[in-house]
Amino acid sequence: MKYPSFNDTEPLFIQIAQWLEDRIVTGQIQADEQIPSTTELSQVLKINPATVRKGVNLLVEKGLVYKKRGMGMYVAEHATEHVRDDRRVKFYDDYIAPLLAEAQRLGLSRADLIEMLKGDDAQ
Amino acid sequence: MSTITVKSLSKTYHHSRQALSSVNLTIESGRIYGLLGRNGAGKTTLCNIIGNRIFASRGTVELDGKPLCENDELLKSVYCMGAEDLLPNYMRVSDVIRSMQMFYPKTDADYAKKLCERFKLDPVKRLSQLSTGYRTIAKVIFAMSSGAEFLFLDEPTLGLDANHRELLYKLILERFEETGTTFIISTHLIDECAGLFEHCFILREGSLIADSESDELRRLAYTVDGKAEDVEAYLSGKEVLSRTAVGTLCSACVKGEPDAVPAGLNLSQPSMQQLLIALTGGEE
Repeated sequence: MKYPSFNDTEPLFIQIAQWLEDRIVTGQIQADEQIPSTTELSQVLKINPATVRKGVNLLVEKGLVYKKRGMGMYVAEHATEHVRDDRRVKFYDDYIAPLLAEAQRLGLSRADLIEMLKGDDAQ
Repeated sequence: MSTITVKSLSKTYHHSRQALSSVNLTIESGRIYGLLGRNGAGKTTLCNIIGNRIFASRGTVELDGKPLCENDELLKSVYCMGAEDLLPNYMRVSDVIRSMQMFYPKTDADYAKKLCERFKLDPVKRLSQLSTGYRTIAKVIFAMSSGAEFLFLDEPTLGLDANHRELLYKLILERFEETGTTFIISTHLIDECAGLFEHCFILREGSLIADSESDELRRLAYTVDGKAEDVEAYLSGKEVLSRTAVGTLCSACVKGEPDAVPAGLNLSQPSMQQLLIALTGGEE
């Protein structure tokens, strides 16, 4: 398991939430499986437990994980689909917009880009 | 829940500049704080006053509304680990732990022993026999096993190798989760420790210039970079904390939250270390 390497662009708790979401969307942690505890994450990542808790709470708010009393946090049913849907909505802003911006800087037309996508398909 | 309240605290050393000027801050139990600033910013002076090693020139420090100054009973809740060596060199690590119980009745000797094992420190050794790194480790062990509710650790990583630093951060978080002990940590290794802190205090030349949750610190400043003339045009009327020019390019750290940045300029977030450097006077 690759631990997150944090950057400065976003607050730590958001990066922790994203890292956990990545584990969920790839199926590394599946529905009804337990996510690492706040204590474990805090000590492994050397991050304040309050920050970790804030990150995990983001997932609770999104309904991606749920709490089992006295047991810890578990991945909700359909969490993978939810993360996928959520990321599909943001896909344009997160990936296509920067791609188009770079293409414009390099003088690549939309047609060039479409050719590249098709080429990739053929491989 | 206990609270340490520092009220308009000032300190002027004899024939010297002001080490602290009117510092106000609140430390709540059950949190980990970062106390940051450059050499000579007043971090150690603040810790020493709170721990009653020196007296303030003006102002007070209170624990739950009662003055801490010369109150032995209340001072049992506060342990200050400093960079200076105050214990007699001939003492053995185990002797120190034993004698600590006179001043800190909640001293946990078993926990101290466990910490010695984790760091592979032989408690039979005398302080004089310890290397720089192990001297720091010994002091950290005394602090962490004192049972005091508020632990001030001044440069707890002095002379520690990377492995021991990682172990220290882990042990601090372990102890914090188990006991809710409050840590106030002063360090120059900012990026390495940034994640530990829930809240940060930043001192500059004796004044408190930031008192903020770690997540909020990023709102204090941002970085723009691009062609020097474009950057300069953008900067007019803004409070610039630091500027770095390379060739025809320029990067600047600006105070506040970013507004719309013109095309051609890049907007980014400085790391906690870059932010601190910018806020405390650049690379001077």
